[in-house]
Amino acid sequence: MDPEVRVRIQTSADVVVARQEGRSIAARLGFSNSNLTIIATAISEVTRNIVEYAKEGEVLITLVENGSRRGVRIVASDRGPGIPDIGVVMRDGYSTGQGLGIGLPGSRRLMDDFEIESTVGKGTTVTMTKWAQ
Amino acid sequence: MAVPILKQNQFLIASIQAALSDKDLIQLRDDLAELVGRHRARGVIVDVTALDVLDSFATRTLRAIAYMTKLRGADTVIVGIQPDVAFSMVQLGLTLENVATALDLEEGLSFLQRRLEDGRHGS
Repeated sequence: MDPEVRVRIQTSADVVVARQEGRSIAARLGFSNSNLTIIATAISEVTRNIVEYAKEGEVLITLVENGSRRGVRIVASDRGPGIPDIGVVMRDGYSTGQGLGIGLPGSRRLMDDFEIESTVGKGTTVTMTKWAQ
Repeated sequence: MAVPILKQNQFLIASIQAALSDKDLIQLRDDLAELVGRHRARGVIVDVTALDVLDSFATRTLRAIAYMTKLRGADTVIVGIQPDVAFSMVQLGLTLENVATALDLEEGLSFLQRRLEDGRHGS
């Protein structure tokens, strides 16, 4: 069975745990160190958004397969306030919080696949995948 | 995880040993701003060699450290950004504009030493 790790996200220390878990699971697919760093960084960005905007949530990290390709998938979800206009938050430099407004658009650049679903009042789920060479 | 801060002559050296949470980074920022005054330091080195991730929050906090210590009269230089970390920062779109960086501790110290000497000669 493929490894799967679920990390509950409530504090900035959980963000560190999530990115370390993500790196160690992704390492099983033989990603380069550059790509492991990229995966860990993207996890850091999306889980920080949970702490900052939703207070709590979780991240699920799994290995996935698509034909002959294998990859690592990160699903970060929360039941926070949701995002009224996803188009706006995916623009570089937009932030309502403490950040640089680079977390979501930056994570999309770091990963191969990136999807965000959000409903105001219900929460937000970010799903992103990096494929091994 | 508190970051040990050493004093060497007129310089402070913050030597990060392990992964830092956002809370730890804020603590480091505040400690450095305070210690610059207490030790009358003229320069600060933040050694990030041990960090395997520099994300948007960490970058923003390093920038804040450089600006805050500057306002307190000390130059800051960030040393030891690893190649993979630099690559990831560029992909993410992060920069350390107007913040001095150097390859390692040795280069960082000579940078600060030069800054101090330039200051003495009034240039």
